[in-house]
Amino acid sequence: MAAVLDILGGLLLVAGTTFLLLGGLGLVRMPDVYNRIQAGTKATTLGTLLTLAGAACLHPDWAIKLLLIGLFLLFTNPLSSQVLAHAAHREHVATTPATEVDLLDEETGEEA
Amino acid sequence: MDAMPIGRMRSAGASFVLLMLFWVMLNGSLASDVLIVGAVASAAIALIYRDGLSIFTEARWTPAAIGATFGYIGYFLKELVKSNLHIAAVVLDPALPVHPGIVKVHTRLKSRMGRLLLANSITLTPGTLTVAIEDEWLYVHWVTMEAADQEEATRQIVAGFESYLEVMYG
Repeated sequence: MAAVLDILGGLLLVAGTTFLLLGGLGLVRMPDVYNRIQAGTKATTLGTLLTLAGAACLHPDWAIKLLLIGLFLLFTNPLSSQVLAHAAHREHVATTPATEVDLLDEETGEEA
Repeated sequence: MDAMPIGRMRSAGASFVLLMLFWVMLNGSLASDVLIVGAVASAAIALIYRDGLSIFTEARWTPAAIGATFGYIGYFLKELVKSNLHIAAVVLDPALPVHPGIVKVHTRLKSRMGRLLLANSITLTPGTLTVAIEDEWLYVHWVTMEAADQEEATRQIVAGFESYLEVMYG
């Protein structure tokens, strides 16, 4: 049983860190701040959750605390991304030329 | 404080229970000193933020709402995984196929907590990031924009979560 948990935990850790790596790659490759935030938010949320799950398999007595950390992340990660994106938009941080429409800009542009 | 309405009192009570539960789980102990410190701190926080939003604010307690909560969690986890595979595919593609846009979508949800959870859920699901909320309108950044049309965008981005949240919060 312990061996099964060890293997499962290891696999989850590898999967989690892979997503974190992809998130990092996304931060480098994406063309503007909004796309970077997207790559950063999603990959770090799932990557961290999988890493926490892996740690819970390796140390079952930590499971409850790891679960709490996971819940905390699920609520705070998207909020911080939204605040960052909103702040960037208010400061008129340029979008990539590939951007097709910006309806927020069209409607609130004249107030700024 | 003596004239605190029932709704707010219930909300503060729910926050107190949630905070206390969190505290006991973090401590992993039921010793009396741990419980006393936790109770004092939880009561203070619950009273200070009695006007704030908590996960129970405006929640409905019907069996249908509780069922929808489980449905929502399952749907959310599925979308979170899809979202990551989608971003991974974009990032690993040498051509970096992004054609982003900020679209405007509409929500039928009336409650503040329902809208907050909707905005958070959108941010964690495939290629979408909530940039702003104004009343019933959400502005969403979309990495691979598929529809600029408001109705079509609403259907693709909002509808899935909305159907669960509508039952949970209204």
